Amino acid sequence: MNVIASHVTSYKTLGYVLILLLVFTTITINVTSYNLKAWNVAIALAIAGIKGYFVLTYFMHLKYENRIIRAFVLVVFSLFIAIFAITFIDYLYR
Amino acid sequence: MMINNNLNPEYINYLDYKGKYTGIRAWLYSTDHKRIGLMYLYAITTFFSIGAIMGILMRIELIAPGPTIMGPQTYNGIFTVHGIIMIFMVVIPGLSVVFGNLFMPILIGARDVAFPRLNLFAFYVYLTGCALAILSQVLRHGPPDTGWTFYAPYSLNTGTNVIAATGAAFILGFSSILTGLNFIVTIHRMRAPGMTFFRMPLFVWAIYATAWIQLLATPIIGITLLMLIIERLFNIGFFEPALGGDPVLFQHLFWIYSHPAVYIMILPAMGVISEIIPTFSQKRIYGYRAIAFSSLAIAGVGYLIWGHHMFTSGMSLVAIWSFSLFTFIVAIPSAVKVFSWVGTMYKGSIDLKPPMLYALSFIFLFMIGGFSGLVLGGLATDVQVHDTAFVVAHFHYIVFGGMGYAFFGAIHYWFPKIYGKMYKIKRANIAWALTFIGFNLLYFPQFILGMQGMPRRYFDYLPQFQTGQVISTIGSFIFISGFILMVYNLIMGYRKGEQATANPWKGTTLEWTIPSPPSLENFEEIPVITEDPYNYK
Amino acid sequence: MEEKSLHHEEPRDDFGAKMGMWLFIFTELLLFAGLFLVYSVYRFQYPTFFHQAALELNVTIGSLNTVVLLISSMTVAMSLTAMQKNNRKLALTLLFITVLCALIFLFNKYIEWGTKFEEGLYPGSPLMLKLERGHLLFFSLYFFMTGLHALHIIIGMVILLIAWFKIKKGTVNTGKYMLLENGALYWHLVDLIWIFLFPLFYLIT
Repeated sequence: MNVIASHVTSYKTLGYVLILLLVFTTITINVTSYNLKAWNVAIALAIAGIKGYFVLTYFMHLKYENRIIRAFVLVVFSLFIAIFAITFIDYLYR
Repeated sequence: MMINNNLNPEYINYLDYKGKYTGIRAWLYSTDHKRIGLMYLYAITTFFSIGAIMGILMRIELIAPGPTIMGPQTYNGIFTVHGIIMIFMVVIPGLSVVFGNLFMPILIGARDVAFPRLNLFAFYVYLTGCALAILSQVLRHGPPDTGWTFYAPYSLNTGTNVIAATGAAFILGFSSILTGLNFIVTIHRMRAPGMTFFRMPLFVWAIYATAWIQLLATPIIGITLLMLIIERLFNIGFFEPALGGDPVLFQHLFWIYSHPAVYIMILPAMGVISEIIPTFSQKRIYGYRAIAFSSLAIAGVGYLIWGHHMFTSGMSLVAIWSFSLFTFIVAIPSAVKVFSWVGTMYKGSIDLKPPMLYALSFIFLFMIGGFSGLVLGGLATDVQVHDTAFVVAHFHYIVFGGMGYAFFGAIHYWFPKIYGKMYKIKRANIAWALTFIGFNLLYFPQFILGMQGMPRRYFDYLPQFQTGQVISTIGSFIFISGFILMVYNLIMGYRKGEQATANPWKGTTLEWTIPSPPSLENFEEIPVITEDPYNYK
Repeated sequence: MEEKSLHHEEPRDDFGAKMGMWLFIFTELLLFAGLFLVYSVYRFQYPTFFHQAALELNVTIGSLNTVVLLISSMTVAMSLTAMQKNNRKLALTLLFITVLCALIFLFNKYIEWGTKFEEGLYPGSPLMLKLERGHLLFFSLYFFMTGLHALHIIIGMVILLIAWFKIKKGTVNTGKYMLLENGALYWHLVDLIWIFLFPLFYLIT
């Protein structure tokens, strides 16, 4: 199966995604000047997550990719979360 | 089912095939999955033998209290290298790289794996890791004495060759990852027309689930060992309490891989049993989907229970409680398989050929190992037996009795297909009996010794434990004699055995439809699959 | 089929190659996951010291590196688009810019690390070992994680350079560009990791 038929992301889309990423980067840098205690980390991670999402969906083409690859990504992501959560069950309750 | 014409004058089997290279290079440069599988087989058999010799040396040492043939430092080095060899060089690669390589492509109707050159590359990465592990035994600072688990902070501070050994494990892990990757893509992309996932043989399901664990769990041990190495070199403090680090964090990271790793060991083994039992019962497998899904369930839940190796390490109460609960849950899919196998045999036409003997032994030994696992999984009982000989008995029953016996079963099952020859059945049976008796004498006393308080990894012990230790050592010698007879029988079968037919066991999966041994590209024409496997009339 | 050749040519499987690259990317993600786990645990145990230590990092250089990497991700994705549209010249230019961005990133890293080394702050240094433990762990993690990340930048660069030369030669072209596509995927992975590294080390002030 050759790739000739697969979806081609336009230059415009890619440009818009970059702008979006730069906007979020600016936001995350500026948020650090406010002291929001625990929320600082949460917001930083949330923004990183959003940026990651856009890199995965558009730059890495996941939005247009075969369902199976998307399923794989979900599995890996869940594994990630599970490992973190379970490890913290130890550290949080010591 | 398409039967390939054995009388095709163009037919040359993969053992005799002459391509671009001749002599040893025809093998060392071959990207044929069958040749690679055989090279792995010979390497693994060699390393197993070395590891077994280490085991025998330990058994001789333990036949009496106090130093018998060695001192404590040597003993520590020997149980460490025994673990490193057996775990990283034998049982983790084990069934996947030998029988996964030899047969998975054939079972799905393919000519090879998705990335044949990557396959050969992974083999060389494996050999490199093995070489480094051997080097760790002879380099300047002496063999590591940390146990194969390399726990911090001792592994940070001991003067021995920890970096070489952990470096070896790191490299071996990389090989495991590449094999897993290759097998996943192969199974997704190269199944023959008509072979849906639910028409795949159960051994393929097992290899598939295993490949995911190889892919996703191994990087964690990779980075952990890297952290250990860097900490030894640069004192970065991750696991050293004096520098603010937490040794328990090492244990977490180590077992986040090493627990799923035991499923890398056992899932293909269960897959082999799922192939042998229908063939030697001449009956369709009972509970095909249950077995397929249980493989995935074991792989999945297996990621959540690593802490059961750490109950006494100082984790929180909530953590040990959760790990214990999920450990009990993971026993369920395994039990599902046992019920399915027994259900397959019920009203079947049982033929007690050597593969079946090994498969039945598997069920027996694995169950003992599994039940003892429940003792270890229960918090209150674990406190009593943690780090005792009970644990040693448990994991040898599961890994050796389980994966090991499945391996013996697999080689006896697929031998005629691989070599086109048959071994002597009677001699195989005697070898089996010797290994079975020896195995149980070797390990069962250790359950009792453990409960009585005999610690593991101790080269000395109180006199009251000696009787059990002597029985165990005698068992080891009986086992080894059986093993030697087994290997001898197989070698003689290869050299002087009767010609084997394409389907000596009357199996129904694809490997039995092609000549013994197979041709280089397995199939003249790729078969079109129209029915389920295990289609016994 | 009359041809009795022993070698059946397997049709090229581009999707299979892509699947293989995604699987490899998963292993890299999990490799870094282990480090993020260690970071999280020690951040949890030493919050104040992590906060204080982070103040010693240069947010400007970090931000610059983030921007550079994001741009490079776009340029490599665009280079793939150009290849798919058979615009060989544009593909080469965009790929070149990507590699240039990588070099800028590495140069910045060299400056950053260099400054720290001059202050006597490097893994295993006498100064490091005298620090407050949380402070030490922060910097150990900093050097380890950014170091491992930089190694992956170098690997990614090499892959993209190989792709560049193959495009120039014509062996990678509009009908056969898996190397570029997979190389680009690997590059995005490197960007993805940095997207998380950046706030966790530079922005927790």
